[in-house]
Amino acid sequence: MSDFTSGFWPLYISLITAVSIIGTWIFLRSHTTRKLAPGEKAELIQHTWDGDLQDFDNPLPRWWLGLFYGTMIFSVGYLILWPGMGNFEGVLGWSSRGEYEAEVKAAEAKFQPVYAGFMKQDIATVAANPEARAIGKNLFLTYCSQCHGSDAAGATGFPNLTDSDWLYGGDPATIQATLTNGRGGVMPALGAAIGPEKTKDVANYVMSLSGRKHDATRAASGQAVFAENCAACHTPAGTGMQALGAPNLTDKIWLYGGSEATIIETITKGRNGVMPAMAQTLGTTSNKDAKLHLLAAYVYGLSQKQ
Amino acid sequence: MFSHETIEKNLGLLIVLTILVVSVGGLVQIVPLFFQTSTTTPVAGLKPYTALQLSGRDIYIREGCVGCHSQMVRPFRAETERYGHYSVAGEYVYDRPFLWGSKRTGPDLQRVGGRYSDAWHMAHLNNPRDVVPESNMPAYPWLDRPLEDASIQAKMRALNAVGHGYTEQEISEAPAALEGKTELEAVIAYLQSLGIHAPKT
Repeated sequence: MSDFTSGFWPLYISLITAVSIIGTWIFLRSHTTRKLAPGEKAELIQHTWDGDLQDFDNPLPRWWLGLFYGTMIFSVGYLILWPGMGNFEGVLGWSSRGEYEAEVKAAEAKFQPVYAGFMKQDIATVAANPEARAIGKNLFLTYCSQCHGSDAAGATGFPNLTDSDWLYGGDPATIQATLTNGRGGVMPALGAAIGPEKTKDVANYVMSLSGRKHDATRAASGQAVFAENCAACHTPAGTGMQALGAPNLTDKIWLYGGSEATIIETITKGRNGVMPAMAQTLGTTSNKDAKLHLLAAYVYGLSQKQ
Repeated sequence: MFSHETIEKNLGLLIVLTILVVSVGGLVQIVPLFFQTSTTTPVAGLKPYTALQLSGRDIYIREGCVGCHSQMVRPFRAETERYGHYSVAGEYVYDRPFLWGSKRTGPDLQRVGGRYSDAWHMAHLNNPRDVVPESNMPAYPWLDRPLEDASIQAKMRALNAVGHGYTEQEISEAPAALEGKTELEAVIAYLQSLGIHAPKT
């Protein structure tokens, strides 16, 4: 079906285009004076400017005329081969969409066999394959490095993937699930419920869990607050719960920072950690499943080296 | 045929004919674009920008983001692999002015909506190096200040004149929607709306 809103527009385009080309041709023909014979002088044009200024009626240079007619012949050839005249698609049937699809198809034919081989292997096997790691690294740099860093060591609020600490679990299946569907890690804002004093107490208790320098009196009174407000997700011992993505508070790894001020901020305002669903980000790109497979293997491999 | 002298000696005729000649390209290539379904129909799901997104878009323009970021994924595999589906005309029907850009010092942003979390954008706009150490993007720390957009209702009315179709209710609720927001939040709201209605196949 035509993309134009009415049948007038293809006609309009074709007509103006054709009339322009034919009209220019006729106009140029009718105004081209004959070539001068050798030795012949051009006639003076019968008008005078500024008292004594006159010009010769020289014919247009032949090379210039040749070029002009050349462009018109080219335009006719172009309009026959490629789209241009209204709805006419051109003899070659070219479209930018068609060219793109051909490019994607060619790339798929090239990469499909490579991907297919890796798809037959489980993630742990793929992770040990240097070729797969090289592909995985490229994919990681394209899709993941913006948050997790090009060295995968993360940033404040974005997990380090090279250590062995995992919010949701570091086994191949969990990594793949995290990648594919994304995660939403919600730490609720408890500032209003707990109040500033008790928040400071519980922050000191949290610091005591990983052996940081803390105020022992505050930590002691914070223990009860922790049991009441935090233990449901972080477990009574503070070791976290991977099913919820609740971090282990007893290790020395801090996603947002482990200073008293930062912990108080985390408790007061809450945190909202979002891992985007890569299935969505990869959207319409080709070999999506294979890419997720290789990415999962790459990420799995990052923590296996240690 | 008429003589060339006639044209040369009649200034009015010369002007008219000159305008006619130089307008042929525009008449054939630009005018019909306003009468094509693919350029005038929004893609499925596309809505005019909300008040907050609209304000964010104006800050995007004010800060000159378009100077380094394009919003146009071209139909090449190298681009669609990195950004997602190539852009189609129907995604831009509510872009006035359009922000296609012509230079990519930074990446294309046409598909950035939903790609990163709000928290990432906050950290990144405040100082890009905090999340991407290799980045050469300037920091925009001043965006974390109250959003003041007194002309939001006038803007929405002006856009209605070209068919954005904001309802009276949307216009009257606009100032409340911006209440208490920062410029940073407005820009992020705009960025998160980009490209989310891209073709899915």
